Amino acid sequence: MGASFVKKCLVVDDSKVIRKVACHMLETLDFSVVEADHGGEALERLKTDIPDVVLLDWNMPVMDGMEFLDAMKALALETRPKVIFCTTENDVDHIRRAMAAGADEYIMKPFDRETLQSKIEIVQAGAVNGQSA
Amino acid sequence: MTIAPSTMRILSSLLEARTGQCLSEGRHWRVEMALNPILKKRGIEDCNALAASLAAPDARRLSDETVEALLNNETYFFRDHDAFADLPRVFEAIAANRKGRKTLRIWSAGCSTGQEIYSVAMQLRDDERRWRDWSIELLGTDISQSVIDRAKRADFSQFEIQRGLAAGHMLRWFENSDGRWQARDTLRDMVHFRRHNVLDVPPPGQFDVILCRNVMLYFPGINRAKALANLARALAPDGALMLGAGETVLGYSDRFEILPGVRSLYRLAAAEPPQILRVAAAGS
Ligand SMILES: C[S@@+](CC[C@H](N)C(=O)[O-])C[C@H]1O[C@@H](n2cnc3c(N)ncnc32)[C@H](O)[C@@H]1O
Repeated sequence: MGASFVKKCLVVDDSKVIRKVACHMLETLDFSVVEADHGGEALERLKTDIPDVVLLDWNMPVMDGMEFLDAMKALALETRPKVIFCTTENDVDHIRRAMAAGADEYIMKPFDRETLQSKIEIVQAGAVNGQSA
Repeated sequence: MTIAPSTMRILSSLLEARTGQCLSEGRHWRVEMALNPILKKRGIEDCNALAASLAAPDARRLSDETVEALLNNETYFFRDHDAFADLPRVFEAIAANRKGRKTLRIWSAGCSTGQEIYSVAMQLRDDERRWRDWSIELLGTDISQSVIDRAKRADFSQFEIQRGLAAGHMLRWFENSDGRWQARDTLRDMVHFRRHNVLDVPPPGQFDVILCRNVMLYFPGINRAKALANLARALAPDGALMLGAGETVLGYSDRFEILPGVRSLYRLAAAEPPQILRVAAAGS
């Protein structure tokens, strides 16, 4: 990308293991990572610092992924981070619901580094996204 | 188990004879892992015993399986996102010269399980109206029959389907049943697949765009040169060749030059002098 600043990603997941795996992958992709344990905590983080990308779990205590998306919209942020839903749900209806709720991309767990990298490229380029037609 | 040097020699000459690839030192450790399923399935003791069996006169099936197992079929959708992002401009530039007959022919040489050429297909269909009255021919070829069979089935695991593929494309072009993702017929019918060795005479006709990506990686220089010469023959004079990120024609072929302003893409170098001039020069 050539830019000297590091990109930021907020990882929202109630599983410490998942956060750790995701953080590790993201760091190899030159992201600095901030973690949150649930949607509520993630929302607090957004108020002080807006990341480039949010990797968002669906099922979490306190505030789940869908509620987080709504709450984030309500914040009316000046620049909205790109949101990648990242869950074990793999049926088409779930995916459609997430995209309709405003997610930019969707990853099914488990995934590898190439998959994460490609999804980040997709949301950042906004190009090859299959939604133009 | 250690793999005897003689085993390594047998395996590498088999692989090279069939595919043009060499089994470089760095890949030795993978050999055992790659061949393990065959050993198990056939109850063969180890790789050395397998190599010995390859010498038997009726070993064609075994040798086919061995070659297939030794190939690296790694691939994913829209691999090298940035390079794919440049493709629509290339299609447009070529299409500008095809206004009369409105046909485009695209070939993925070394297509593995099909993700690459299906990506091209989806990308073209994103711009439905642009290509509506065009006849677009998409061909995927590979040396390995088993990946060609899989590419035709177009049925991907959850892991495969989301590698490189946007959720929007996935929902539009694939159906999920029990965690497998099956391409819809509308996508599958756009592409043809067949077995072909890129070191052999190319498929008939000229192609407007050829993708040959991450195939020549394990070719010795002489085979890279041969493959590139074949691709140059198969490419339309105004066509484009797309290699993998980090691959180059430099040092292996002077038939191609970099296509300015786009990544991983090459065009045929300025036309050679007409035959008659060359004959004259040689004779003078
Ligand atoms: C690493 S995969 C790359 C697939 C895809 N082009 C990509 O870049 O994602 C390389 C493929 O080339 C095929 N291959 C190797 N040698 C070949 C040859 N001589 N002719 C045709 N295909 C070959 C292999 O079977 C394998 O499927």
